Amino acid sequence: MTRTKYYQAFAHALTEEMKRDPRVVLMGEDVGQSGGIFAHTKGIYEVIGPERVRDTPIAENGFVSAAVGAAMTGLRPVVEIGFEDFFTACMDPLVNQAAKLRYMLGGQVTIPMVIYTFGGGGLNAGPQHSQSFAPWFAQVPGLKAVMPATPADVLGLTRAAIRDDNPVLLLMSKKLISLSGNVGEADLDAVLPLDRANVVAEGGDCTVVTYGTILHPALKARAKLQEAGVEIEVIDGRCVNPIDFETIAASVARTGRLLVVHEAHLPCGMGAEILARAVETMPETLLCRPRRMGPPFAPSPFAPNLEKAYLPSAEGIAETVSAMIQEPVLRWRAA
Amino acid sequence: MTQNPQSNTRQAADLYRIMVLIRRFELAASERYRNGDMPGFIHLSIGQEACAAGACAALEERDFITSTHRGHGHCLAKGADPKRMMAELFARASGYCKGRGGSMHIADMSRGVLGANGIVGQSMPLAVGAALTAQVTGSGAVALAFFGEGASGAGVAHEAMNMAAIWKLPVIFFCEVNRYAELSPYEVHCPLERISDRAAAYGFPGETVDGEDVFAVHDAVARAATRARAGEGPSLIEAKAFRWHGHYEGDPQGYKTADERASPESFDPVARFERNEASLRGLSETDLENICAAAEAEIAAALEFAEAEAPATHASMLEDIYA
Repeated sequence: MTRTKYYQAFAHALTEEMKRDPRVVLMGEDVGQSGGIFAHTKGIYEVIGPERVRDTPIAENGFVSAAVGAAMTGLRPVVEIGFEDFFTACMDPLVNQAAKLRYMLGGQVTIPMVIYTFGGGGLNAGPQHSQSFAPWFAQVPGLKAVMPATPADVLGLTRAAIRDDNPVLLLMSKKLISLSGNVGEADLDAVLPLDRANVVAEGGDCTVVTYGTILHPALKARAKLQEAGVEIEVIDGRCVNPIDFETIAASVARTGRLLVVHEAHLPCGMGAEILARAVETMPETLLCRPRRMGPPFAPSPFAPNLEKAYLPSAEGIAETVSAMIQEPVLRWRAA
Repeated sequence: MTQNPQSNTRQAADLYRIMVLIRRFELAASERYRNGDMPGFIHLSIGQEACAAGACAALEERDFITSTHRGHGHCLAKGADPKRMMAELFARASGYCKGRGGSMHIADMSRGVLGANGIVGQSMPLAVGAALTAQVTGSGAVALAFFGEGASGAGVAHEAMNMAAIWKLPVIFFCEVNRYAELSPYEVHCPLERISDRAAAYGFPGETVDGEDVFAVHDAVARAATRARAGEGPSLIEAKAFRWHGHYEGDPQGYKTADERASPESFDPVARFERNEASLRGLSETDLENICAAAEAEIAAALEFAEAEAPATHASMLEDIYA
């Protein structure tokens, strides 16, 4: 067991996959000799060489589309969009090309590519460098999207994304870049499924589903609630497209309470989807109204005091769970 | 082009055959679309046949093309099967896209046709990607992106050409100027007389050719392909042509001049070939008639095939979303 940082886990998995498969190429701004803005591609250029590690111009539309063309013809591109906010500059190649070509072309092509990015807030980066767009990609058939929240998950999900034959979005967290986590021998080579949530901590009183960065405040809230005798089950949703409702449902069936927390805005988000499915398919198990938490419907503000208030917090999660526990049992249950 | 007279004649016959095949395919599609036999939208390239035929004839089988929403000619010229193309236009299960793509998405990977594409401009970076594959794997293949002057004003056109230049990719940017971007005449959206002048800004050669002259198109692309295969990087070729029909079938074309509307055939690469080139290159009237008759028969067979085929299956709606 060693301690590894989030960004190091990414560099390790990517390097190993590039050594393993000569079809994997790395493209993006500053991914080469400079080693990436977060040092997350450090050393790859030196190991793999200039042919397969390509610094691109600042031209997301062009280089993501080029990656699609490369994927159609036999390469397995791994493409960096440094900040998740910049996805807006390449939505066409992602949504109209990568996601649809296989279907549209009658199954004649596969598009094995990874687009990785760093998203979310917490670094006072302001409205254009702090966003989480995860729900957008849940809406697009043909894409897969995952959000690793720990160094071990970065390892396993990066490997899985590169080996998958579909366009996969690896939505990593800026806030967690330097997070250290335990990585076992097995984690180093693990290939995680791209459609499975992870039950991080068990508990019988309330299911709390998180995405990305929010796993960590949820675990803090868990410790706090434990002091009050409340045991929450923390599930890292991990996969956004598809959402692993099965794992969540199994937990809710036991706890009877459901809270979903994410950094993306609430309207039509993962929380909305999971709550809708819970209400549609298992209303009889719900002891109280299921809840969602996310930032207010405003752009992510720059000022540290505002951003702190903006993002979901451990305190907020603990308060919401306490309120849910104290709420009288739903009337349809009582009747 | 080779100097050997026999192969010269054979090549001329082939160029003519492809142009006529495209013309017949699209005239048939136009008629059947007007009759209500085809759903959706179709965009025809009648008048631009020399671009598709000349460009693709200068490529090899292993080479790639990317195409546009106006792509029937490009696909046919690169060897796609008119039967399966027509079946796709009729939304049949045996169409190239199983009835899920339609006219704007015909592809034949076995022929290096990476697909027509409904998003203007994307043919260029997609071809850059195919060229990147060729470069990384050392396959020796070349990629050619068809695009129109409408796409030339898109940001992604610049991104694609800039990237291709940086990496010296084996790619040919082939701009087919048909005088209109959708419904807007050339002058409305393009400040330059020659789009090929832009190549200088990327540091690679640009050339404008007469898009009515299939040999001029062929020779320009052949030069660019040789250059690309030698590792010398991209080229931009602009072929000046004319779109006989509207942006889409049914387009009232109010933006065309009275002359353009009255006599589109004043620009006609097929007639020009018959008039100026055929006998020079050893093709008799009878040769031309035979080629036309064969194309006619091939398109009739394609129509017959497409009509008889089963519609897209319901099961196929949920297939091929993921690999």
